[in-house]
Amino acid sequence: MTFEALDLAVRYGRARRRALDGVTMRVPKGTLYAVLGPNGSGKSTLMRALMGVVRPEQGEVKIGGEPTRSWTRRALAQAVGAVPQAEHLAFPLTVRDFVGMGRYPHLGPLRPECEEDRAAIREAMRRCDVADLVDRDTTTLSGGELQRVRIARALAQEPSGLVLDEPTASLDIRHEMTIFRLLRNSADRGMTVLLITHHINLAARFADRFLLLSGGRVAAEGGAGDVFKEEILESVYRWPVAVRADPLSGAPQVTPLQESTAS
Amino acid sequence: MKRSLLAFVLVGTAFLAVFLSVRFGSVDLTTHEFVSALFGGGTQAHRDILFHFRLPRVCLGLLVGGGLALAGSVFQALLRNPLAEPFILGISGGAAAGAVLVIALGFVAAGSLVLPAAAFGGALLAILLVFGVAAAADRRMDVRVLLLAGVVVGSFFTAVIAFILSLSEARAVRSAIVWMMGSLAGADWGNVAVVAGYTLPAALVLFGLARALNLMAVGEETAAYLGTDVERVKRIAYIVVSLMTAAGVAVAGVIGFVGLIVPHAIRLLIGSDQRFLLPLSFLAGAAFLCLADLLARVALAPIEIPIGVITAFLGVPLFLVLLRRSMTT
Repeated sequence: MTFEALDLAVRYGRARRRALDGVTMRVPKGTLYAVLGPNGSGKSTLMRALMGVVRPEQGEVKIGGEPTRSWTRRALAQAVGAVPQAEHLAFPLTVRDFVGMGRYPHLGPLRPECEEDRAAIREAMRRCDVADLVDRDTTTLSGGELQRVRIARALAQEPSGLVLDEPTASLDIRHEMTIFRLLRNSADRGMTVLLITHHINLAARFADRFLLLSGGRVAAEGGAGDVFKEEILESVYRWPVAVRADPLSGAPQVTPLQESTAS
Repeated sequence: MKRSLLAFVLVGTAFLAVFLSVRFGSVDLTTHEFVSALFGGGTQAHRDILFHFRLPRVCLGLLVGGGLALAGSVFQALLRNPLAEPFILGISGGAAAGAVLVIALGFVAAGSLVLPAAAFGGALLAILLVFGVAAAADRRMDVRVLLLAGVVVGSFFTAVIAFILSLSEARAVRSAIVWMMGSLAGADWGNVAVVAGYTLPAALVLFGLARALNLMAVGEETAAYLGTDVERVKRIAYIVVSLMTAAGVAVAGVIGFVGLIVPHAIRLLIGSDQRFLLPLSFLAGAAFLCLADLLARVALAPIEIPIGVITAFLGVPLFLVLLRRSMTT
């Protein structure tokens, strides 16, 4: 499974500014690919365009080498699991039923769940550490619990690619680390993972490659050495930062500075 | 509550409702008279009552009640709004305007097909207006645009009705109001066949969409990611539900509360999995409307109470009890 965008541009309605403008990226199989950038830089739009829920104004998006628009929704959902940033639950559901929705692309409208489906659901819940919540009502979950349940739903799809929009927002350290390790392990097992995140330091530690967006354009793309440069990050985030190697992991760590010391 | 137990109870209730409805009315039949008339014996009068009046009326009640409850359930999932009911997109307004127009013009003879035809036409006009406006605003049929268009089109038709009634004489106003509160009195095998022709295929299509509707309740973007062709599901569901509702309204008038309360009551009992919610809502709506019609006929006989009054009187307290129970557990 690969994800690609070629000179991609997206415009919402009649907006004057494009949400994405000339973005090119390639996520090879088995890569944990982190998409970084300030709020409003087009990260979520990139996910929507890649997954075919918004139409590109220009350029092309490909999944597994095929243009996204040539996939049926069902085939795409069997191949790629996606967790959008926010969901509004209109009606209460149990965690079990919620995660079970991940089997929809395999079941279609009528076939009942079989042992294989139940096993996929159990495994997904185990990996996301939500097995204890199985009978809980989703509307009573904490923010962190809900995030993990939503990732479990995507894993229940048994996809070969995963796209996640800020899955660790509102998680505590333990669950943040659980999710990053889960994604790292998945990539090591050959899954292609595109992760949109604001946790740039954890991303630096766990991800293989990085895309830094700014105002809908690519500010930097490549390995940690290409992206984690003070002058690039400062101009993109418009805040002075220091980049140092983390003494424990060796990964670059970004520290925002007091504005006064830099100016 | 266990789904199978609820299904069992509802089927039992529906059978009881049918049995009571065919026996009781302006003329009560004993069980013996009912059974012998059913198998072609008994007096001609009893057979006429059974086959020309009671049975078509019961069938119509089952179909319209089931259809309304099913429509409410689907709209609540599709519009992701627990307040949604079958008439939220202005269908009742259009149907009522059509009906009131022919009543005011004095076209309506007993048993005439003009009234249901006009109501159906009005409902179709409302549907075309709402979906036309929504599609022009956004090809992807935004829920918010649909809801607003529905409310606005509904209010427009309310104004049309008020205008027509203000120019009408008292007798026409009275029959218009009675029609608008809903009644199954016009039942005959012809309109039973028409409503069945819309409702039964619609029910099958909608049951088939149950899983997709489950996903839509979490959000359209998520539903797409989980493998649903969201636009296609929306188009099919809106069209099918609208036509089914239009057919029901055309023959039975605007019967309120069934489509709002029945799906909620079932949801409070068994949760919101549409695969069970849709068929059980249909069953419950069918039984409920059948019983409501029985009460409408016998409670103040020989006066027939508008069935919409009964559905509200019965449905609202029942619903409040369920709501209270769900809050305390």
